[in-house]
Order: sequence, then structure tokens, then C-alpha cells
Amino acid sequence: MNLGRMTDHAGEWLRGTGPQSDIVVSSRVRLARNLAGYPFVNRAANRQRLEVLQRSRQQILEGQLAEDMIWVDLNECQPMDRQLLVERHLISRQHAKAGDELPRGVAVGLNESVSIMVNEEDHLRVQVLRSGMQLGEAFEQINRIDNELEKRLDFAFSQKYGYLTACPTNVGTGIRVSVMMHLPALKLTGEIDKVKRAAKDMHLAVRGMFGEGSDAIGDLFQISNQTTLGRGEQEILADFQHTVVPQIIAYEQQARQALVRQRPALLDDGIWRAWAVLNNARLMRTDEVLSLISQVRLGVTMGRLEMVSMRTLNELFLMTQPAHLQKLMGSDLDPAQRREARATLIRKRLGQA
Amino acid sequence: MEKHKCDKCDRPATYHSVEIVNGKKIEKHLCEYHAAEEGLTFKVAHKPINELLTNFVKMHSQDQSSGPNELVCDHCGLTYAEFQERSLLGCPSCYQAFARPLDVLLARTHEGSTEHHGKIPSQSGFGEQHQQQLMRMRKRLDEAITAEDYELAAHLRDEIGKISGTAEGGETL
Repeated sequence: MNLGRMTDHAGEWLRGTGPQSDIVVSSRVRLARNLAGYPFVNRAANRQRLEVLQRSRQQILEGQLAEDMIWVDLNECQPMDRQLLVERHLISRQHAKAGDELPRGVAVGLNESVSIMVNEEDHLRVQVLRSGMQLGEAFEQINRIDNELEKRLDFAFSQKYGYLTACPTNVGTGIRVSVMMHLPALKLTGEIDKVKRAAKDMHLAVRGMFGEGSDAIGDLFQISNQTTLGRGEQEILADFQHTVVPQIIAYEQQARQALVRQRPALLDDGIWRAWAVLNNARLMRTDEVLSLISQVRLGVTMGRLEMVSMRTLNELFLMTQPAHLQKLMGSDLDPAQRREARATLIRKRLGQA
Repeated sequence: MEKHKCDKCDRPATYHSVEIVNGKKIEKHLCEYHAAEEGLTFKVAHKPINELLTNFVKMHSQDQSSGPNELVCDHCGLTYAEFQERSLLGCPSCYQAFARPLDVLLARTHEGSTEHHGKIPSQSGFGEQHQQQLMRMRKRLDEAITAEDYELAAHLRDEIGKISGTAEGGETL
């Protein structure tokens, strides 16, 4: 399949729509599953890994789990294409970087809202990604996919421990529920640490947007459950829907309103400086783009800057990342060339807006 | 009761006694240190509580014949020590093989839980023994293919197919 076609638009999760999309950028649910009767990926013989891959691929594609499902053999594609999938949140960094000898792949469907990684840490990692606060919908969809897969493949399951996973931190439901939240005002007022502490008390993880070990660039925070054993899927989900997310949204809104009331010049200065730099810079780093876009996004959602749409911002957000940028330019670029191409692309896109 | 200072220094008294000697009442109030000096109490070198606990846990784990690091999963050969290094288990049976130390770890990572609540596969087709049997047979199958014993491999493949109710993809190997 032609991954190149992916580059000129953003996937479902970056549409910038959906409930509370001014603060909740995206909702994600993933399930970890392993086929019964095989060792986990890390300890399986290569023949077994290949067998798991072939059986899974066949059942995923025959199961019609989502519209327009496509399959990508990751050990046969270019590192740049794998990086592209990472930037689109369709595979993990780990899945992209594993050695060529590990047979692995990913199925992607329904406008990139569904992805199923095969032979990552677990045999199957199913993910549903949606724009805005749509955890309930994401869960329903992933549950349907899981039910369909279950008719076709037997999963490793124990009465005591539930779904068995390679890492005991995922055992039980195998579910990871997460929301990516844009929290620039909490960051600016320094109250983000309170949110982090509160999250920790609730056994939630707060990470940057590329998951484990990544920094929160662009004021984007990914909040996810850590407990997977002893609590049901609905219970975990309900925590997010009724407690965690509404509370953080309320904090962020309070912080935004406090900024408008007490420091409007500070707020606007940040937004308009960011706008000025995006429109005029000649060299631009990725992390710089992300933090400038964060400021402008804040301006748009608060109605203080109206010259650009959320959609354009989200597309820039994606297209300025290294693999996307190089795909768009149609050639390999070294970091210095990328900085220039990035700045040019941004000026062009914003000029159109 | 009013608070007394030690009869011999300014520290608060922790040892109190009243004796009647020849019709006279003699009160003694001594601090921890002076009471020990007079041989009335004996002083304990205080160990921090966590050290006591650690020692207790150590003693306790040595009790269990050989300690968790020596545990081995029969199915995939992973040792508990290897698991601790990489944080990844080797196969579904590891959960049974390492159940004791793992339960401690699970409780710590999952808010005290060691048992599943939530979705159960509707088609829970295979029991756990079944799953293990399949894994053993697939392992033998892999060994047979490596040893180029195709007759045995074909036989095993048939058997696996019967058990799992699926045609094991012979052509995929």
C-alpha cells in the first residue's frame, strides 16, 4: 500500500472535533491480547512468531473488523515509512524500531481510527483512537473488534489473572485507557504539578504525547490508567469519564479564565508572539513548532485569535514532524534542511489560511 | 500524672518506681539512659522498622526452599531472575510458575489486586490445561522441524489441528 498518500491529511484523531475538543485532543483505548498455546513474542521461536503473524493477519483481514482495513508488513517497509506510522500514532516506537528479523505488522482501518499491531510486546495490540472526548465510543468499538477477534482466535486467558500479557503491568483486562489533553494554562500557572500529583494518587500515569519516556512537548499530556488487574473495564472507563477528565477540564478552564481576568496581556502576548514566529521564521525545530502551535491553539479555542482553523493547526502539527516533512518534500533531508523546509511549509500553509 | 524529669539529668523520665523502705516512701524517676545504667532496664539498640521488615522478608523468602530467583517455568524455560531483569514473562504458563513472587508484585502494581475482574472471553474455548498442552505440542513441533523430522512434524501438526479445532497452517511453515 502507498503510505505516501497518508501524508497530506491528518488522521481521525487529529480532526480537532468531538466533545470537549478544545482541551481533550484525543481519546484512546487499547487492548493487549495473546494467542493461546504460544509463548509470548519475546520468547517465541521465529517460526512461531511468523505463524502468529500469519494467523492473526488472516483473521484480522477476514474479520472485517473495520472499514478499509489495510495491512503493512513492518519488517519489509522502509524505516521512514515506519516513522511515519509512529508520527500518526498507528504504531509504537518500539514496534517501529524492532530488528528486521522480527516478523511484525500492523493493520490500519476506518480512517486510521483503528490499528492492530501484531508481534509487538504482545501478539496483538488493538487500538481505537478518536478525536475529542470519545472514550465511551472508543471502548464500544474496541469491544466489538475484540469480540469478533475472539470468535476467530483463542486468547491466552486464566480464571485468576484474566487476559495474560507478556508484561504483568498489563495483565487482567489488558486495557489501557488514555486521553491526550492540551493543558497550556495549567502549565503556564504552574498548577500542572498538582494535576500530576492528583493523577498519581489515583494510580494514573501522566506522560508526554509519544508515550513512555517522552516529554510533554506542546503542553500535551497523555493521562492513562496503570491498574489493569482487579478492576473491570467499565470501572476504569467510568473513572475517566466521570472523575478524571471532567476535573482536569475544569481546572484548565479555571486557569484559562484566571489568565483572562488577571493577566490578559500576558496571555495575548504569548499567543501573538507564537503567531508572529510561525508566520515569519525561516528555520524551525519540531519541538519549537509544537510549543508555538500550542500557544496559537490556545488563542483559537479562547477566541483571541481567529485567523486560523483548528484543522490547519492539527495538520501542521503532523506534517512538520520529520518523516511527514520528508515524505511531503519527496526526498531525504538532513536536520538543517528539515528546519528550513519546515519553516517554509508553515508559512505557506498559514498564508493560505 | 505529672511529668517527671530524670533524677540525675534533665531528660524526661521514662522509668518510675515507688518503694517503701523502713516506712519511708522512696520515689525514683529516671530517663531511659540512667535507668539502663542502674541496671533497672536494658537498653535496646533501635533498629529502623523497615530494616526489621526487610530482614523478616529475607528470612521468610529463604524459607521457601530456594528463593524466587531459582524458579523456572517448565514450559518456556524462563527463570524468575531473567524475568526480573527484563520485566517480561516468557509465556502464559509463567504466571503459574512464578505465582508466589508474582502475586506480591501484582498487588504492588495493581492497587492490591491479584485477581481479575472484568471481561471473560465468551468463547473461553480452551481451558488452561488445554492451552498448556497446545504450547507443549507446538514446542515439540518447532523442535521436530528444526531437526528436519518431517514425519513427526506432520503427525504433531495433525494432532494440534485436532485439539485446536483449526487447520494448523502447514503451508505457512
